[in-house]
Amino acid sequence: MRFVDEFREPELIAKAAQEIRRLADSQRHYRLMEVCGGHTHAIYRFGLKDLLPPNIELIHGPGCPVCVLPMGRIDDGLSMTEQPDVIFTAFGDMMRVPGTRGSPLEYKARGADIRLVYSPADALKLAQANPDRHVMFFAIGFETTAPSTALTLMRARAQGVRNFSVFCNHVTIIPAIRAILDSPDMRLDAFIGPGHVSTVIGCRPYEWIARHEGKPIVVSGFEPLDLLESIVMLLRQLREGRAEVENQYKRVVPWEGNRAALHAMAEVFQLRPYFEWRGMGFISQSALRLRDSYAEFDAEQRFRIPGIRVTDPKAAQCGEVLKGVLKPAQCKLFGNECTPERPVGALMVSSEGSCAAYYNYEHRKAALTALTMPAPAP
Amino acid sequence: MQAVPKIRFRDTQIEMAHGAGGKASRRLVEGLFVPLLGALPAGPLGDAAYVRMNGTRLAITTDSFVVKPLRFAGGSIGELAVNGTVNDLAVSGARAETLVVTFILEAGLPTDVLEQEVRAMAAAACRAGVVIAGGDTKVVEHGKADRMYISSSGIGRLIDGVEVSAQSVRPGDRILLSGPIGDHGITILLARGELDFEAEICSDTRSVLPLVEAIAAAAAPGIRWMRDPTRGGVATALNELALDCGLGICLAEERIPIHESVRGACELLGLEPMHIANEGQFLAVVAPEFANAALAALQAAPGGQAAAMIGEVRQQPAATVLVSTLYGGTRVIDMLVGDPLPRIC
Amino acid sequence: MCLAIPGRIVELLPERENLALVEVSGVRRKIDVGLLAEDPAKAGDWVLIHVGFAMSKISERDAADQMRVLAMLGEDEAAMQEIEGYGLVHAIRR
Repeated sequence: MRFVDEFREPELIAKAAQEIRRLADSQRHYRLMEVCGGHTHAIYRFGLKDLLPPNIELIHGPGCPVCVLPMGRIDDGLSMTEQPDVIFTAFGDMMRVPGTRGSPLEYKARGADIRLVYSPADALKLAQANPDRHVMFFAIGFETTAPSTALTLMRARAQGVRNFSVFCNHVTIIPAIRAILDSPDMRLDAFIGPGHVSTVIGCRPYEWIARHEGKPIVVSGFEPLDLLESIVMLLRQLREGRAEVENQYKRVVPWEGNRAALHAMAEVFQLRPYFEWRGMGFISQSALRLRDSYAEFDAEQRFRIPGIRVTDPKAAQCGEVLKGVLKPAQCKLFGNECTPERPVGALMVSSEGSCAAYYNYEHRKAALTALTMPAPAP
Repeated sequence: MQAVPKIRFRDTQIEMAHGAGGKASRRLVEGLFVPLLGALPAGPLGDAAYVRMNGTRLAITTDSFVVKPLRFAGGSIGELAVNGTVNDLAVSGARAETLVVTFILEAGLPTDVLEQEVRAMAAAACRAGVVIAGGDTKVVEHGKADRMYISSSGIGRLIDGVEVSAQSVRPGDRILLSGPIGDHGITILLARGELDFEAEICSDTRSVLPLVEAIAAAAAPGIRWMRDPTRGGVATALNELALDCGLGICLAEERIPIHESVRGACELLGLEPMHIANEGQFLAVVAPEFANAALAALQAAPGGQAAAMIGEVRQQPAATVLVSTLYGGTRVIDMLVGDPLPRIC
Repeated sequence: MCLAIPGRIVELLPERENLALVEVSGVRRKIDVGLLAEDPAKAGDWVLIHVGFAMSKISERDAADQMRVLAMLGEDEAAMQEIEGYGLVHAIRR
């Protein structure tokens, strides 16, 4: 696969890993946070921790748009299925996330019309193909995904579609990073910056992290070589006492971002004054809602939603794990009451939630011997 | 007085996940069916049951086929119904001879749709060398059977010299895979049309009996265990083995055969190829001194050219399947919870 | 966040503005290229695809540059160590 396999090349990976070992000061313990859930998933999927020296610790950040959604919002979305003409559409990531009375898949088992889509454009097409039904799209995602929702709404308006609405749960990444840095229990040396969000917002929005907080941040791609190169770049900065924003993912991320995408977002969305993030409380200016000019497509205006705040069980420590204060295995519910099969919190359901990633990819690796594959028997 | 069976199945309702072949399915079988159905031989549940009749050892199995759409690139429900049961017997070390089938048909199903499937079954049976000796038909109300469900049961004689069980697996045994993974599951996913992707991918549905016979001819005494990785994929099948024998399974990712287009579809949709269903492949655990001969026999047999040795059994990590990459990264791969879902994050 | 995959634009489709057929290892899908309005995509371009939309063009040159830099990782240092041996390090180290 072009632009994928080259960045999984074993010899180059070995070189990068070697360079990391050379650059890492053995007297120092490095705490690097990867903000983005996609990076968390990649780190586990490619087994990258095995390639790092023990004094480099990767801490998982809150960049998982499913994980930060409070359960009450999921209930709100599912409440819309009470109307029989509604077709509830969402990405696959949402399907197993538990609401108070079950997940979308469980609602589907009880008869609700719930359909998985790959693209908001497909949800719009569904609306056009089913004029006697109402299609509601449960929109999630950071700035990577918001422009696609925005463009879809612009197309819906241009095509005069009347039976389509969006339940907007798009959140923005900068307030999340701010909340991490403001958190008293957090001590970090540097950041592995979000890769795909940056294709939209560019690299400028991270400048305050370097300038005012004095932390290096490298915007990184998602292949093993990308992540390793980003760590090399961070270690160099730390070694040289620099704190800058660097773009490792140059082949895809423009420094100034994507103007067309930003325009589409500005046309359709505005910032909510505040929004609740699961485990992190209310954060101001951190989420998007539809502008009044797009009110006809706003599911929150079309449907009467319960809007009830649902607090997580006291024992669930989703917030601390989200902020990187606790490792998944340190949450008391991890592996017992909370497993991928019976998740208590979204971090265990979402494929990029740290708990799910840790559970699925790591926690049984405890007793290991040498892992090299032997040659076939003679 | 009989001991009161202990039901350990706690779910209050049945969900799709319970039929997906992963953890939830296993919980249902072990927690509800096994305790109540009583006289099952001790030991792990395999694909088939062994019975002895008048001194002859036979294997018997049953399977059911629920697929939407009924027809897809490379096959249809009818073929799955025949090949699936033949394969269950083959990986249990038996040569399928006779099948009986049950049709559950939805009222309103066009006759020519049914006829197409019956023809497909007849052709598959002929190719597989089995006889469909009888069956049953039920018709249910419109809206109740997704057009057609087929269940098939099969019986066969054991292949000489082949005895499979999870208990016989030992550290050092090698793991063989008959061919590329993921073709069937991705075909079905794309055929549903909801994702709007197109690709030249088709189901791999076929009888694996000829390949099992080839490996038996070359290495019968060394074959420890076999399984056809259907729903839940290679990862689920091997996790079940790991749980049943308590040993570790270590796979080398780069050795697992996969078609480029299947790989592309999995990357696009965020799916793990090892969780995707296969309908024409099987896994075999073979003692190390027989492994090369077994692999050579597979590769020489028609349809086996892509067979590969993908890993080995180790003492540790116990009851776990580990995958390693060429560059030294490792990860644990677990059983599926429900059906694989595309993701965007 | 989020899963985005490189794909090659096979052709721009006539049925609607901003619609293109993209291919990833033989898998094809129609995608919306509206987010690339400022630098429109054409057949043969490689783009990053996320939820059925093209997010960005992939620069083959930047990718090649990156591969070159990666291939040389450690070699600067090896060269440095050799030169250090000759006592020239202060003059050359940036």
